[in-house]
Amino acid sequence: MKKNLFSIILIICSNILFAQKFFTKNGSISFFSKTYVENIQADNNQVMSVLNAETGELQFSLLIKGFHFKKALMEEHFNENYLESDQFPKATFKGTIADINKINFLNDGAYPVVVNGELNMHGITNKISSKGYISIKEGKITGSSLFVVALADYNIAIPKLVESKISKTIEIKVNCLYDQKM
Amino acid sequence: MSITNMLQKKLILLCCVFTSFTQYVNAQLSADTTSLMDKLEIETTKNTTVYAAATFKSSRLINGHTIETLGKAVMDVKISHRFGTLNNGAYQLFGLDNATMRMGFDFGITNNLMAGIGRSTYQKTFDAFFKVKILRQSSGKIKTPLSISYVPTIALRTLDWGDSGQKYQFSSRISYTHQLIIARKFSEAFSLQIMPTFIHRNLSPLIAEPNDLLAIGIGGRQKLTKRTSFNVEYYYMIPGYKIKGTSNSLSLGFDIETGGHVFQLHFTNTRAMTEKSFISETTGKWEKGDILFGFNISRVFNIGKKKS
Repeated sequence: MKKNLFSIILIICSNILFAQKFFTKNGSISFFSKTYVENIQADNNQVMSVLNAETGELQFSLLIKGFHFKKALMEEHFNENYLESDQFPKATFKGTIADINKINFLNDGAYPVVVNGELNMHGITNKISSKGYISIKEGKITGSSLFVVALADYNIAIPKLVESKISKTIEIKVNCLYDQKM
Repeated sequence: MSITNMLQKKLILLCCVFTSFTQYVNAQLSADTTSLMDKLEIETTKNTTVYAAATFKSSRLINGHTIETLGKAVMDVKISHRFGTLNNGAYQLFGLDNATMRMGFDFGITNNLMAGIGRSTYQKTFDAFFKVKILRQSSGKIKTPLSISYVPTIALRTLDWGDSGQKYQFSSRISYTHQLIIARKFSEAFSLQIMPTFIHRNLSPLIAEPNDLLAIGIGGRQKLTKRTSFNVEYYYMIPGYKIKGTSNSLSLGFDIETGGHVFQLHFTNTRAMTEKSFISETTGKWEKGDILFGFNISRVFNIGKKKS
């Protein structure tokens, strides 16, 4: 009887405890444009991301209007002239962590990973591959990455007049703490 | 079979059902990461308020104000010219030989409040104003169909009274304008605003003329490209509350935006650039060729400390 009961509890617990999907609604993505004339930075702290620990599926979604700049006019131009956020309100990434099996979600540590997938913004989808880290600390999962995209790949045109102020390639920094699971 | 045995079997059965059910749910969920993302996206869209930005490119439409205010710690230096009328003919190079001019400095105090000062050559007028956003058009969690701003303006005429021999008080030089600006950004390219306006002049030159004047303005913009737009601005003086012999101010213009600059080129029937003057004292008539060319140049500076 006791043995049976124990096994029953074990089965139930294993089902409940092993959550396979982790997600967040307030991850951070920042981007940087660096030229000798001007450095531009914008931050978005309302990034949605879902990480499926079993399959390695990784998705991001954010609102372009959620990027905030230090200069109000820059933010306006970013939305109006460059990303055209009324027409293309969000950017998404859908991909997979190639080496998900190497990560032990029960052990603390920083696991280097490679993520492959499709980045969609400004109405254009491109395949990208990026290196990053999955860090486990006291059971909490954080994903981070730094990669570069070319504006021309996403049909974002820079007028001649401001060419010296905006870099042709933009650094993108991702940092998401997966604070929720299901 | 004992009762405990039976109970045990039932329990195991229940457990199996429960286990298979949770496994089924888990399988469903892990099979579809996208569905969770879709759910998050829908939830976020519902809980986020998106404010309409850049209803107009500049804080001025042509002569008058738009709904827009400057961002916090932003300074906008404005240099505006209005040349003579086109019907002056070739001798005056179609009006380019004489010009009136206003220079102004606008400051963003908060993201919803700005102030500005200026000086026009027309009647040697100094002016100062506040502009405060009362309502902001938005969608999402909070839905607001319109934006509303309020602009109180004071104008001080410093031009000599002339040799009439009459003594004037200092207060006679002052007039006040109150404007409510009600705007809607209908689409990314098309915006419209209505501007009910009340003007009080401390001194009315003729007893027969009212001190208090009323007008209603309408203005709009249609974007032509990402960085250029076509603008119209019209102020209708309410009969009985207008100065005799004046006409309504009508202006057509273009905005050209290049980074921190906005160039506004326009044709109008008024030489003045302060509210009290161009709304109530316009004498030019479009149909008679009293059309004059003008431009506003705006250059924006960030004067606040940079946050890091």
